Formats: sequence, C-alpha cells, structure tokens
Amino acid sequence: MASSDVKLIGAWASPFVMRPRIALNLKSVPYEFLQETFGSKSELLLKSNPVHKKIPVLLHADKPVCESNIIVEYIDDTWSSSGPSLLPSDPYDRAMARFWAAYIDEKWFVVLRSFLKAGGEEEKKSVIAQLEEGNAFLEKAFIDCSKGKPFFNGDNIGYLDIALGCFLAWLRVTELAASHKILDEAKTPSLSKWAENFCNDPAVKPVMPETAKLAEFAKKIFPRPEA
Amino acid sequence: MGKNEEVKLLGIWASPFSRRIEMALKLKGVSYEYLEEDLENKSSLLLTLSPIHKKIPVLVHNGKTIIESHVILEYIDETWKHNPILPQDPFQRSKARVLAKLVDEQIVNVGFASLAKTEKGREVLIEQTRELIKCLEKELAGKDYFGGKTVGFLDFVAGSMIPFCLERAWEGMGVEMITEKKFPEYNKWVKKLKEVEIIVDCIPPREKHIIHMNKMAERIRSA
Repeated sequence: MASSDVKLIGAWASPFVMRPRIALNLKSVPYEFLQETFGSKSELLLKSNPVHKKIPVLLHADKPVCESNIIVEYIDDTWSSSGPSLLPSDPYDRAMARFWAAYIDEKWFVVLRSFLKAGGEEEKKSVIAQLEEGNAFLEKAFIDCSKGKPFFNGDNIGYLDIALGCFLAWLRVTELAASHKILDEAKTPSLSKWAENFCNDPAVKPVMPETAKLAEFAKKIFPRPEA
Repeated sequence: MGKNEEVKLLGIWASPFSRRIEMALKLKGVSYEYLEEDLENKSSLLLTLSPIHKKIPVLVHNGKTIIESHVILEYIDETWKHNPILPQDPFQRSKARVLAKLVDEQIVNVGFASLAKTEKGREVLIEQTRELIKCLEKELAGKDYFGGKTVGFLDFVAGSMIPFCLERAWEGMGVEMITEKKFPEYNKWVKKLKEVEIIVDCIPPREKHIIHMNKMAERIRSA
C-alpha cells in the first residue's frame, strides 16, 4: 500500500494523535503525517472533520476516520492480517478493553487535564487524590486484563495500552508541576512496570514527546500566574 | 444460541440506554431476564456489579458482567454472530461508532440542556441540537435505516435516544424540534422504525413516557 494512501492529520503534542500513530507503527503501515499548526486549523482538517474540527483524523484513500480510539479500531480491522491484533479475540476481554478505554477518556484523563488548570493548593490536592484513586482501579484492571503478561493486551501492545499509554508524557509533565509522583511504584507496582515497558516499545518511542519539550509547551498553553 | 445461556439485563423502563440493549437482544433472538432498577434506591446487585459507575444498563452473561451501553452492544454483536448489528465494512463501522458517540455525547448534552431552559434561553440550544441532527439526516440519505435495509447499531442508539426519548420531552414542552420540512430523511426513518417489531416492542409506552420526561424536565429546570 503506497504511503500516500494513508495520511494522518495531527500534532506532536497531542496524546490523542499518538494513538493512531502507535497503531500504524504496530501494523507497519507507512503514512504521511500532516502536522497542524498550534492555534489554527487547516482547510483539510475543517473539510475532513467538519462537525468537531478536531485532530486526529485518518485519511485512508481520502476517506476520513475520526475519533482516536475509533481510528485505532479501524486500523486493526483494515490491516487485520498485518502485525498482531490490537484487541483480544474473546468478546468479554474485548468488552473489558473498550470499557476501560472509555473510563480513561471520560474520567481519568478529564481529571489529569484539570490539574494544569487547577487554581489553589486545595484544588490541586483533590485532583491528585482522584488521579491516585483512578490509578488504583487501573492497577486492578491491568492485573485482570494482562493475565500475567507485560501489556493490557497480553504479549503485545494493543488498544487499551495505547488508550492509556498515550497520556504518560503528559502525566510526567503533571508530576513535575505537582512535584509529586502520581504514578507510584509503591502504590501501583504493576501499572508502573507496564508504563516503563510501554514507553520502551519500538512502536511508541518515535512518537512519544520528550518530557522537557512537552513541559515547555505546557507552560505556553497553560500560562500560570506565579504562586 | 441453542446453548443454555444465562443472560440478565439490569435496566430502567424509561432509559434509552437499557432499551437499546433490549432491541439488540431481541434482534439476536437471545432470551434474557430483565431486572428493573430504581435509581432512587439502587439494588445491591447493581452496586456489586457496577461498583465504579453504579449505572444501568448492566448485562450479565453466564456470570460475566458488561457495562456501558456501546460496549454491551458490541459484546452482543461479537458473541451472537448472526443478524449483525454493526456494519461489516471497517469504514462504515467507524462512521456508525462516530455518529453513536455524537448522539450520546453531543446531542444528549444540548438536548437535555434545552429541557432546562425557559422559552427565552432555549433558542440557542434548540438550534445547536438541530445542527447536530443534520449529521444524522445526511447519513440517512438513500437508506431505509442507518444499517441500510435492516436496523442495526446506530438505529438502536439514535432511535432509543431521539425519537423515543428526547422527542417525547420536546413534545411535552410544545417544541417542534425536528420538522418534516427540514428533516425529511429523519422523519421517514422514524416512520420506518415504527414498522419494525423489535423496535416497537422495546420502546417505553408513549403516554407514560411523556409524563415521565415532563417531570424530568421540571426537575432539571428547578435544580
């Protein structure tokens, strides 16, 4: 398949954009990465996702696929014979992966994002407490899903690993801002080990932003009044 | 199918989220035990099966618990493979999922918010809701149902939520949200849905539901 057949509209700092990039890497699908400029939206983006005008958008032979987790499933369905399956084969295990991915987006990430916007110390403490509670749920989910293997998806990275792992760089930026280890080996040992394995995976390394670069970017988009 | 499967569904008679699961189970011909929940007084079963969210619907299949309506619908489709609910083609499948998300996140948000406002504040929300329904209108062009010739995933999600839930609330408020003139495809689709036995069997009784939605709108307004 020619790489011009597959394009991805996105931005380097977006964890949502990371998701399809990791999936395409896992499937060894070459693609053209169309980087959006921060602060403006290209004509192509507006045309491809007129309702939400959001990245990522996958263009496969000019057909647009939107919503990061939906794009990952599309990639898995379309290039099913290439590389490992991104979802487990058992329907119940697939349901668990989808359930936890929805939890991550609807609850866990919403809390993570709120830290960098949080005002006083009290608010920040509350956010951290909520994140740590969420991590405890995810620790258990990891033990249940992985069944002793290194990833939520088993031997190889999959849908749920990608759904959570894409936030690890932003999590580290938040930990720096909080001067507090939110993902703590003492409290969530399995999840912590998973995070290390995830970040070292060859499909992930090329698209995971460096923490320092991301922290600089965060300062730009979340300007904070000096404490 | 043919096996001795134990299927239970925890739901609420007025909830589109559990109604859509019933539609799917009926399409697949799966028998199930239905357990009505009371949100004011949640059963210990619900709290045990769904400790984090404490919400319906909950599907229990041979002792395994599945929650979140979209997740349940996909589980049903993958477990009982006949009479498919989701499109077979990956691109069509992705479109169905994106529009289902649009219904349950965007349309639900502005739709229910529109119930909260008095006539003055409502216009903007009504317009926003109509803009979103245009996406569904476009998708229905040239089709009987979202699923094509037969009902499927998006028919269950959008059907349970819009014509047989939100529209009843708007009717109760005297708002004509989705006119035949502006939304001919949508209205044609609703007429066709009413011809489908499994849909008709799985929607809340009309009059009782309108009263219920009116009460809900009053509660939202006075909150």
